[in-house]
Amino acid sequence: MTALLDLPPYDVDAAHKTPLLQAALGELTQHHYQQCQAFKQLINGQWPQFNADNAPSIGDLPFVNVRLFKELRLQSIGDDEVFKVLQSSGTTGKPSKIMLDSAAAALQSRTLVKIMQHWLGKQRLPMLILDHPSVIKDRRNFSARGAGIQGLSFLGRNHCYALKDDMSLDIEAISEFCDKFADTPVLLFGFTFMVWQFVVQQLAHQQQRFQLPQGILIHSGGWKKLADQAVDNFNFKQGVLTTLGVSRVHNFYGMVEQVGAIFVECEHGHLHCPSYADILIRRPGSWQLADKGEIGVLQLLSALPRSYPGHSILAEDRGRWLGDDDCPCGRMGRYFEVLGRLPKAEVRGCSDTFGQGGNL
Amino acid sequence: MIDNKLKTIFATALGIDEAAISDELTYGSIPEWDSTAHMMLVAEIESQYDIMLDTDDIIDMSSPAKAQTIIAKYQD
Repeated sequence: MTALLDLPPYDVDAAHKTPLLQAALGELTQHHYQQCQAFKQLINGQWPQFNADNAPSIGDLPFVNVRLFKELRLQSIGDDEVFKVLQSSGTTGKPSKIMLDSAAAALQSRTLVKIMQHWLGKQRLPMLILDHPSVIKDRRNFSARGAGIQGLSFLGRNHCYALKDDMSLDIEAISEFCDKFADTPVLLFGFTFMVWQFVVQQLAHQQQRFQLPQGILIHSGGWKKLADQAVDNFNFKQGVLTTLGVSRVHNFYGMVEQVGAIFVECEHGHLHCPSYADILIRRPGSWQLADKGEIGVLQLLSALPRSYPGHSILAEDRGRWLGDDDCPCGRMGRYFEVLGRLPKAEVRGCSDTFGQGGNL
Repeated sequence: MIDNKLKTIFATALGIDEAAISDELTYGSIPEWDSTAHMMLVAEIESQYDIMLDTDDIIDMSSPAKAQTIIAKYQD
């Protein structure tokens, strides 16, 4: 377990990773079964034959529907040990609540930093945040967006916000940042939709262009709103290059329910599993494992969650497993793509598999 | 134990009394030392000692004593 978490993020091939991850996830399943009553009831109801002692393969591990984190407070720690509560953005209905103790919070930041060091280096780079400053003003009560920005700002220095509080561009601040750091590597971070709508589109509209040739843009947060505007990853990157002069762009996929072990997009547009996490694809309805190349529902596995039962989660996103250890970028591990949210009917289908879980 | 200069930096960044800074103090052990305060602390240390901390340092800097060790590393 500790050994797995100490490994570098993209150097471990399947032959070495699978036994370590399988052992870590089996142990976590047992841990949560003992520490979280709701998880125990779910396993007893849905996976009555499951026995963690039989060294189950990763595909045989029980999984928790991500919706359950909205409906129940799932935790494997005492109330007095809760150090930080993370909340999903919750655009529809109740937000998820994720309970971290101080060990979980520390492990999560450490892992996030280890993954990002691979892409950015260890030095903290001057950082242009593609959002407005009040998103982190209330430090006791961050929104999901605020928490994301706060978490990533650890990786930067000389933080500068590109937007004013009314969401208009702070041209003066951006100009000053670009003048000062045009010749050095810089980090840009924002949420995909915010970057597109409030930075790229506004700059294009005002016919303003900046040049950050050594910039690296990291962005996350989902493509749904952009898909509605028929903007794909290619258009997005073109827009960023034209308006900000940044050619290195990395999307990452991750959710608040499994924070820390994120899936970062490589130079070939593939999302990569770090050593500490993996994905499986399941066929909606039968929930059997899908083959490589087949579109299905994403199941996310992570060796990190110990304070809440989030080590094996069925997401509400569709995806496709593209390969293992053989991406042209040279990184080891599984790589995949995310193909948007599940249609509502299929989401209901997912919930149905948790009929007994719903009785908790 | 940590020197007075670092003690003052901690007190300022965390907004607490210098008397409250002990060897037992760790990141997250008091509400004042949260992630926002941690970034202020990092900025203050960097400017007062004229050093540049990397991401490993920020993660490792979980107590005043650790901070002192990390600063010393840059002052050789």
